[in-house]
Amino acid sequence: MKIIVAIKQVPLRDSQFRINASGQWIEESDLNFEINEPDAYALEEALQLREKHGGEVIALCAGPERAQQTIRDALAKGADRAIHIEAGNLHDLDTLGVAQLLAAAARPEQPDLILTGLQSDDLGSGQTGVVLAELLGIPHSTIIMHTEVRGDAIRVKRELEDGWFQHIEMPLPAVLTIQSGSNKLRYATLMGIKKSKTKEVKRLQPAELGAAAPLSAKIEKLYAPFKTKQTQLFDGDPKTAAARLVEKLKFEARVI
Amino acid sequence: MSILAILEQQNGQWHRMSWEALTAAQHLGAELGLPVDAAIVGRGVTSLAAEAASKNVAKVWAVEHDLLEIYTADGYTAALEELIRGTHPELVLFPHTYQVRDFAPKLATRFSQVLVSDVIAARNEGGLVLVRQFFQGKLNGDIRPSGAGPHFASLQAGAWRGDRLAVAGAATVETFTPKLEAANIRQKPETPFREAARAVDLTAAGIIVSVGRGIKEASNIPLAQELATALGGELAASRPICDAGWLPMERQVGSSGQTVAPKLYVAVGISGAIQHLVGMKGAKTIVAINKDPNAPIFEVADYGVVGDLFEVVPALVEELKKAHQ
Repeated sequence: MKIIVAIKQVPLRDSQFRINASGQWIEESDLNFEINEPDAYALEEALQLREKHGGEVIALCAGPERAQQTIRDALAKGADRAIHIEAGNLHDLDTLGVAQLLAAAARPEQPDLILTGLQSDDLGSGQTGVVLAELLGIPHSTIIMHTEVRGDAIRVKRELEDGWFQHIEMPLPAVLTIQSGSNKLRYATLMGIKKSKTKEVKRLQPAELGAAAPLSAKIEKLYAPFKTKQTQLFDGDPKTAAARLVEKLKFEARVI
Repeated sequence: MSILAILEQQNGQWHRMSWEALTAAQHLGAELGLPVDAAIVGRGVTSLAAEAASKNVAKVWAVEHDLLEIYTADGYTAALEELIRGTHPELVLFPHTYQVRDFAPKLATRFSQVLVSDVIAARNEGGLVLVRQFFQGKLNGDIRPSGAGPHFASLQAGAWRGDRLAVAGAATVETFTPKLEAANIRQKPETPFREAARAVDLTAAGIIVSVGRGIKEASNIPLAQELATALGGELAASRPICDAGWLPMERQVGSSGQTVAPKLYVAVGISGAIQHLVGMKGAKTIVAINKDPNAPIFEVADYGVVGDLFEVVPALVEELKKAHQ
């Protein structure tokens, strides 16, 4: 089985963000980056499928030079090789533009399966996998907890709302977006890290993957959210803060 | 030119967010001077369509086909593509449900458009401006759709109030039968199921203490339990805690867990990702304990303690014990 895992590098979850001079994106210079968490689960699912069925796992990543680190991490965890689309400013593209790059890079590989996280921690659009499937003309399913290959088809467990689930079967090749927490993530071993240094990383330029569609939705302005509620904040000494909070809950909110 | 609101139903039951999407469509219709149409997809949905027709809309499309009885991404995409190509709406609005997340990006791609997803506000400012959240709710962004439509947007749970829906008139209901072929629907869905009956009904709890990633380790869970006990409440958690198996799934609050509205909700070490907020922001009083003053949980909190939960929670337990004496 040939499996492509589309991974993205995103700022650490607990980053503090500053808006950059354009007002349309964040200042990236003072941030640290890591693999998008749902993508890590997609990679894990791909590695487990390879262990069961054999074949190859290819990490596919669009991003600037710094994405090399995330690609190396994926190789160290066990991906066989990688494709890096060297796109300097992903945020100049919309979801369709990014998916077009990924589709153009994935197409010649003729994968049996493409996995990616259900959404990214930075943009949170939750669309790249679905759009990718449409561009490649193959079926998809989203928010997947479990997969089971059945010959030339795949049966998946999809999460619905309010604690409901559903099984769906579709022919391969297909695109699945993987839910966080669906597996236990593995760590890279020392041997894996050592091996990753010699694994192939194919570098592609966006220009050689064809023209991107014109932006159909542009970020005009980024800003800190307006508060919808007046929050009374207590900080400083924990004991004093706790005492003041209990007082408020008792006599102001009257909930205890 | 019109706004088309896509309403969601399953087995003849409305998804409650359908009315929120229609409220948003009415609001934007008034701002942009566009009539509002609604569409409902399925098999045997004419009576639901008739109900929607009483909600101050110009027209309701009952998109009917045997192959639409059970939701599939391929079936819904093909049916709505055909409807939109025939009716030319300027803007198509969806509730941001799990089902919409599964097919609406595909539908938008058919028109070389993107879906602007999980929108929290919208206004007319020399054209349509949509507001959505970035970086797990830490920043907001204004998005301006450009070029010729149709434009596509899905609306966050609770961002518009379904109970503010204008009700008036009796619009025409028109049945639209798309040309679908079974061979083109590649997903074969089975019957939805639940893993196990829920032993804990968090929706009945008056007080909930909920714990998130900030608790760091399974061995620290008893700390949150102590607080729950001191308050006489139930212990709950955000998704990562249940994924890790530190608390059972039935104690999960959020879009994939339970939706709760207790009189007091204490969020301990929960940053407040939107998937969690939609499950608890209806609580009467919300307390957040978090070390990050910029955590989105403080956006919805009435009271907040900025500090280390490992110091604040024990202090709080002690104060509560004192208060009860």
